[in-house]
Amino acid sequence: MTTVEFSPAAAPLAERLLEPATEILARYPAGRERSALLPLLHLVQTEEGYVTPAGVAFCADILGVNKAQVGAVATFYTMYKRKPTGEYLVSVCTNTLCNVMGGQEVYDGLAEHLGIGNNETTADGRITLEHAECLAACDYAPVVTVNYDFTVDQATPASAVELVDSLTRGERPVPARGARICSLRDMAFQLAGFADPREGAVGDGVAGAPTLRGVTLAQQHGIAVADFDPETPITRTKPAREGAPDAVVTPAEKAGVATNEPAGDGKPAGDSTRGERIVSQRTAEHKQIVPGSTTPGGKKKEEEK
Amino acid sequence: MTQPRPEVLQKLTPVLTKRWLSPDAWQIGVYERLDGYQALRKALDVHPDDLIQLIKDSGLRGRGGAGFPTGLKWGFIPQGDGKPHYLVINADEGEPGTCKDLPLMTYDPHSLVEGAIIASYAIRASRAFIYIRGEAVHAARRLRNAVKEAYAAGYLGENILGTGFDLELVVHSGAGAYICGEETALLDSLEGYRGQPRLRPPFPAIAGLYASPTVVNNVGTIASVPYIVLGGADWWKSMGTEKSAGPMIYSLSGRVVNPGQYECGLGITLRELLELAGGMQPGHQLKFWTPGGSSTPMLTAEHIDTAMDFEGVAAAGSILGTTAMQIFSDQDCPVYNTWRWLEFYHHESCGKCTPCREGNYWMVRTYRRILAGQGTYADLDTLQDTADNIFGRAFCGLGDGAATPVVSTLKWFRQDYLGYIEGRTAPRLSEKSLVGAH
Repeated sequence: MTTVEFSPAAAPLAERLLEPATEILARYPAGRERSALLPLLHLVQTEEGYVTPAGVAFCADILGVNKAQVGAVATFYTMYKRKPTGEYLVSVCTNTLCNVMGGQEVYDGLAEHLGIGNNETTADGRITLEHAECLAACDYAPVVTVNYDFTVDQATPASAVELVDSLTRGERPVPARGARICSLRDMAFQLAGFADPREGAVGDGVAGAPTLRGVTLAQQHGIAVADFDPETPITRTKPAREGAPDAVVTPAEKAGVATNEPAGDGKPAGDSTRGERIVSQRTAEHKQIVPGSTTPGGKKKEEEK
Repeated sequence: MTQPRPEVLQKLTPVLTKRWLSPDAWQIGVYERLDGYQALRKALDVHPDDLIQLIKDSGLRGRGGAGFPTGLKWGFIPQGDGKPHYLVINADEGEPGTCKDLPLMTYDPHSLVEGAIIASYAIRASRAFIYIRGEAVHAARRLRNAVKEAYAAGYLGENILGTGFDLELVVHSGAGAYICGEETALLDSLEGYRGQPRLRPPFPAIAGLYASPTVVNNVGTIASVPYIVLGGADWWKSMGTEKSAGPMIYSLSGRVVNPGQYECGLGITLRELLELAGGMQPGHQLKFWTPGGSSTPMLTAEHIDTAMDFEGVAAAGSILGTTAMQIFSDQDCPVYNTWRWLEFYHHESCGKCTPCREGNYWMVRTYRRILAGQGTYADLDTLQDTADNIFGRAFCGLGDGAATPVVSTLKWFRQDYLGYIEGRTAPRLSEKSLVGAH
């Protein structure tokens, strides 16, 4: 990937993002770099808090696809923002369960207090507000997250206003169950698949009472599942290593080669809804069964013919 | 609050949730002291085929909603085909009401990592991916840390524990699309595309990720594997029922005194779970509930003794789903709730299939009209007709899921709809929300 030529639009970004982007690409099998697009889009949001035209160009250049293809993906997913965001993204769950437990009042209260609507940002650039769909914490309903970390559980209009006032003052209150608050751009870096660089942040947050309710009840009453013996033998019908290494490590993948034809422009590799793709793919596979032809060189020669 | 009776307490089966009580179990050292990575050593000492048989014998069924037998799914992967195999873990928890996978990954991430290594060995995959919901940032933080620790300890990477088995495991964050919880949409998303479902067949076991044989399993399914490897199939089957074996994490939310996660053998009833959860909140009478998320047909107070296993819930006309039990009372309106869910399905429909894309758009508008006090009797027929035309006519289950609350509330709670239409119930939405609806 060292030889990517960046377009003028992407060049300034590339100076800063090429190194982490290269690291992201390396996570996926050779020939399957397009898998990196979601993390790359998270990565470009570390720059300005949204997917800028330069960010789209950067992703397109590094993956060798066009900007429309990147744009089609970027606009599909809610977490890729299309306009500038604040330092903190405050999300209120207003899906049914949180909604009836008071989430709608919490959201309405915040919108009124901040004077902004859904996906809008305060004039000081601190807070972007959104109403979110189910955040998978219904036992704490209604919930409010800051940059996606669970910050206020069983929220009320008052506790939510207190939270945003504190953020507006430049403070970073301690979240209920997430890690200590960072900026949305710093969070985008983590979403791109990188470790939280802050010492100790991974250990932040303790499980709340609802999470532990059942297991605590069991502990209090001395209940455990009987007859657990970790030495229970597994029935063996053949030796463990009989041909195991060969079978386990696919030679093609070991050599860093994608056995199947890479995805085309329009469709993912596995999408067979286009008849012609499945035909060409099968033809390619048949050719590859020829011994020795699964190396990159072999495949290339075949294409040259 | 009255204490649950001893015979109900005995239904608790702390297995997957047990380590959550140890605040530092997310660290590898603590995890190892609590039986961690013992199952991996044991598993790598037997042939992969014997592991698949063990999982078949255990009766483990998928914990993501469909309940497909896990061992059977693993057995579908063709062996010796010369293609790379992949394990993809569906950690895109987002079904409304569901909140069991996030705590598991946050408080016991290594159990998922260990399960992933064992499952990969069994299906002979040398690459595995955990596709975690983007918003689940703290769970992802812990999970990435666990993967890093597992590499450092030699449980991941090349020649794991000297067995010659190699595995690369990548934690891949999504970006906020409910549809990516559907397995083929997840695969498209993981390949770097819009998350839209694929037509099946071919199934992922034949042409999944990168058109290669792929197992897609839920977090709870994979995290169960180390326990089965350690305790054996018979021990696993000592929990749950004959056809629905093992423990399940039931997520209770809504109008109960103590909402939360309750791990019990499959087949427990709502009545018993309510007893564990301290009952309904004062002043609230059980009116309706979802057995497994909003995509499963709603049940009512008369289903309180339904066995919460795959067969029992199916017999009651619903689906066990993710055992996300959202409990609503006489103070909640099934019409309003269904509208709110439909706004969700409308927002999350990927747009690929016309019935789902257009049907949800129009059903949302019909609901808004009813809730604004301007509905007509004909609207109820329109809703039923639209839902019937979505159900079974989309590539994936999202369309079915959207039709489900509509059909089930029309069936159980027609009077509540008529209340708005006949002016007996005060409108819940203002006319402002109707702009463009007529």
